Amino acid sequence: MIDVINLRKNFGDKEVLKGVDLKVEKGDRVVVIGPSGSGKSTFLRCLNCMEDPNGGQIIFNGVDIADMSVDINLHRRKMGMVFQHFNLFNNKTVIDNIMLAPVTVALQDRKKALRRNFFLKLFKAKALKEGKVSLSLVADKNVIKQLARENAEKLLKRIGLEDKAEVYPSTLSGGQKQRVAIVRSLAMNPDVILFDEPTSALDPEMVGEVLDLMKQLAKEGMTMVIVTHEMGFAREVATKVVFIDEGVIKEIAPPEEFFSNPKDARLKEFLSKVL
Amino acid sequence: MGNFSAKVNKFNDIFVNQNGYVTVLNGLKNTLLIAVIGLLIGFVIGTLIATVRVLPKYKRLPRVLNGICSFYVALFRGTPIVAQLLVFYYVLFPLIGVRMTGVQVALLVFGLNSGAYVSEIMRSGIQSVDPGQMEGGRSVGLSFKTTMLMIVIPQAIKNILPTLGNEFISLIKETSVVSFVGALDLYMAFNYIGSNSYEFMVPYLVMAIIYIILVLLISLGIKLMERSLKKSDRRN
Repeated sequence: MIDVINLRKNFGDKEVLKGVDLKVEKGDRVVVIGPSGSGKSTFLRCLNCMEDPNGGQIIFNGVDIADMSVDINLHRRKMGMVFQHFNLFNNKTVIDNIMLAPVTVALQDRKKALRRNFFLKLFKAKALKEGKVSLSLVADKNVIKQLARENAEKLLKRIGLEDKAEVYPSTLSGGQKQRVAIVRSLAMNPDVILFDEPTSALDPEMVGEVLDLMKQLAKEGMTMVIVTHEMGFAREVATKVVFIDEGVIKEIAPPEEFFSNPKDARLKEFLSKVL
Repeated sequence: MGNFSAKVNKFNDIFVNQNGYVTVLNGLKNTLLIAVIGLLIGFVIGTLIATVRVLPKYKRLPRVLNGICSFYVALFRGTPIVAQLLVFYYVLFPLIGVRMTGVQVALLVFGLNSGAYVSEIMRSGIQSVDPGQMEGGRSVGLSFKTTMLMIVIPQAIKNILPTLGNEFISLIKETSVVSFVGALDLYMAFNYIGSNSYEFMVPYLVMAIIYIILVLLISLGIKLMERSLKKSDRRN
């Protein structure tokens, strides 16, 4: 699903990623760990081009999205992202946070379809009559909004926050914000979700509720790439654990092997400190 | 003080009996019109310029646009508004052969001028919004433009509303120079009353009071607006 080939990223003169290769298959749950400053967050942010890579390829569903001529917005719709600091839209209510992207994207597509239909009727009337081309289906605006709202309500119910639909994010606790952020990315029906240290900014007592939601998603077969410091979570959920250090992948292994029988010297040292 | 009450009577006579109030109302209308339309034009121009200035700069087009915007801002902030009015009214429009009234020129110049100022206000407003808001929008597949319009700029406006109010207030006061191009504003209206009676003390006093009342009313309006925008803040 995601095929990362020789990914490179510099910030100025500093080389943060020095050629990273990784394959993420459908249903994989890849947990990325590493010491701070190792480039693991940068790596994750390069996956959906939040940071533009300086070299290498990221093949997502058959398209190299590291190529600057690709319309990245189209591909990001299928690639959710959850941030350390939630990044909920402060000027929108909780339900609007969840609905905004699906509605906006659907309305933009609708506009495009209308424009195409208009063009066809005007210039290709003959081809249209002969059935060589056909008009796009155009959904009703209200239907789009209604469907998005129903879906958003369903998602909110799932995380038990249906009574918070009309409040602003600033009134939520950290754990609630992060769960809303997760369902916000779910609202786009992504093929994969990227988690950038989703529990690092949370109070310890709220870490559990967020991890539980992520475990549910894992059970449902969602493909996930997760940067985290939660080793217990990694061991329980991951199908693959990746150790990044000094801008390269030092070790990739299934969790049992990764934690019980690490081979890389730096990884051994790292694990002895954090476990 | 007998002298002063005679002056008041004189003013009263012209203001009420000789339809001086009609002139004043016309002047007031123009003053408000120029300030309001000026701010609206300035707001649109300023937002566009501010957006250009915060665009990522690794491509050529944003760099060129940025240069143009810097030049524009330097030009309009670097010259007095009177000079801009005079240049537009007596140089630019005659040269291109367009006839415009003083008020029309004033509307345009005040819009262009406040665009330069609002762009700087707006830029600091946009930069005060957490970059995570942009990332959040981009991460769900919204474009830079959409995220800017729906997420970042509304929050930026909330942050800069007090400053924007100040800009409006200073616009109101600055309109007193439009008489340079023959537009009738609040100052010109009272000047007219004064010239008719050869007596300026009371007309200018009343004028100053009207300016103060206008500014106080606007401050109040801004305060109310800010309060209603505070909805999404923590305390509610």
